[in-house]
Amino acid sequence: MSLDDKILHIEQLTVSFDGFRALDELTMHIEPGELRCVIGPNGAGKTTMMDVITGRTRPESGTARFCQKLNLLSMSEPEIAQAGIGRKFQKPTVFEQLTVMENLELALAGGKSIMMMLLARLTPAQERKIDEVLEIIGLVELRETAAKSLSHGQKQWLEIGMLLMQEPRLLLLDEPVAGMTPQEVERTARLLESLVGNHSVLVVEHDMDFVRSIARRVTVLHEGRVLVEGDMDQVQKDQRVIDVYLGV
Amino acid sequence: MLGAPILNQVVPQSSALHMGPYGLTLVSKYLCYAMLALAVDLIWGYCGILSLGHAAFFALGGYAIGMYLMREIGPRGVYGDPVLPDFMVFLNWKKLPWFWYGFNHLGFALVMMMFVPGLLGLAFGWFAFRSRVTGVYFSIITQALTYALMLAFFRNNTGFGGNNGFTDFKDILGFDLHSDRVRVVLLVITAAALGVSYLACRVTVESRAGRVLRAIRDAEDRTRFLGYPVESFKLWVFVFSAVIGGIAGGLYVPQVGIINPSEFSPINSIEVVIWVAVGGRGTLYGAVAGAVLVNCAKTYLTSSLPEVWLYALGALFVLVTMFLPRGIIGLVPERATWRERQRIQAEKISR
Repeated sequence: MSLDDKILHIEQLTVSFDGFRALDELTMHIEPGELRCVIGPNGAGKTTMMDVITGRTRPESGTARFCQKLNLLSMSEPEIAQAGIGRKFQKPTVFEQLTVMENLELALAGGKSIMMMLLARLTPAQERKIDEVLEIIGLVELRETAAKSLSHGQKQWLEIGMLLMQEPRLLLLDEPVAGMTPQEVERTARLLESLVGNHSVLVVEHDMDFVRSIARRVTVLHEGRVLVEGDMDQVQKDQRVIDVYLGV
Repeated sequence: MLGAPILNQVVPQSSALHMGPYGLTLVSKYLCYAMLALAVDLIWGYCGILSLGHAAFFALGGYAIGMYLMREIGPRGVYGDPVLPDFMVFLNWKKLPWFWYGFNHLGFALVMMMFVPGLLGLAFGWFAFRSRVTGVYFSIITQALTYALMLAFFRNNTGFGGNNGFTDFKDILGFDLHSDRVRVVLLVITAAALGVSYLACRVTVESRAGRVLRAIRDAEDRTRFLGYPVESFKLWVFVFSAVIGGIAGGLYVPQVGIINPSEFSPINSIEVVIWVAVGGRGTLYGAVAGAVLVNCAKTYLTSSLPEVWLYALGALFVLVTMFLPRGIIGLVPERATWRERQRIQAEKISR
């Protein structure tokens, strides 16, 4: 595959905070429909990389392109979100007082002005979209439940569902299984696998069992650069990875 | 409560069912307060904007109608000037200030009753929300707003009758304000206005915009991140609420027969918040119930045990906050909402 087919194309990114190089000429590519896991010890630059992709942090040098032509480095956070990059933060932030369905409805792509919201009712297509996402995240039964009564895991799925409502082409998930029970981790793995093909997914995760259960391709970051990239077996056997991360 | 004035027309004065003019005015007053409480609940209960200055919009609406009523007095004032209200003659003013023009027409005054509070809400909200002033800081500047207006209206030179405000109204559109029949009509209009405001608020909060408001209340940044223009939503609902407050004030003044700068006093706005908290925040009907109940208690206590009232109000607020976080309405077992019932109905039909 040529470089032009990549959905995300990061080249030579450098970010430093007070002399500390959070990213050091990082280069990485994501294919359309790929599920990629990024692992690495604390301070390896995982979160900083996501911050750059979503426009939160501006790098000193390097390039970041989305869908071949969009230059992410010159776009604002909302513009990037609009262009089709959805990000889930570590802490679930759903609207606690609203129901699952209302949470998804709020996240619908489309006009967001006051007049529209006052007058608009859901179109059949939008209703279908909500049902479809409820199915994917496995919360059909809990449609009318207030988000505050959901378990931690269910809130995380709801938030992934809210990202899906916006029909993103690339999903960035920051430690999606932190704090989940083993059963919830298992369900999350299946949820992410069901997204493969339709969306590109980039997961930052510490839970090695989870990474092993979903990852086709793993990128190990260390001190702001890519240490190793390959499938899980390859990565686990790599001596450098064992030294900096797995062995500890 | 609404049956009472109608009963009055058929029941003789001697009957126990008869409600005197005092009773009529009292009911009307409660309904005006209920409308103001509704306005506060719309922004506080549904959008998390705690305004401690909403009585300012109420007072401004009241002043607009008061200006009309003053000009309607015409030459029947103490000084008998055909154009200038008494207080202007007393201050030795020779001609009507420009901002009093047009207030000889009730229609103009009615427009101003909504326009002035709305415009103030717009200007104030625009600066506050644009600068991302939220939470307790917003509440404090709303207190400052109403306090500043109170000081301005106390001054004779501002042109609104100074500390005496407006009173001694004679009639409205030629009808004697003191006649029972006019009082009944005004009460009915007030009740209708409360009903329409309630419906307007209900439609708003049940719409998709209502969900956006609640989303802003619960997680403002997240709502912004989803692409909603949070500031515009807040500004719009604040202006809407200010206009309802203005209408409530405009209905209040002809019925109680007086408006003066003490209506702007910061404590008034705080009382409104207590009504809403006592009734049950974020329900709309709770605000109405709270306003009526607390004011019934106030009327009773201030006449029988006047020194106890403020302590009772304070204790009520503390107790409700501690033991009834959802207000008095929270004591009523929860029913399915209208939306839920609709959905259940729809599901039954589809099966």
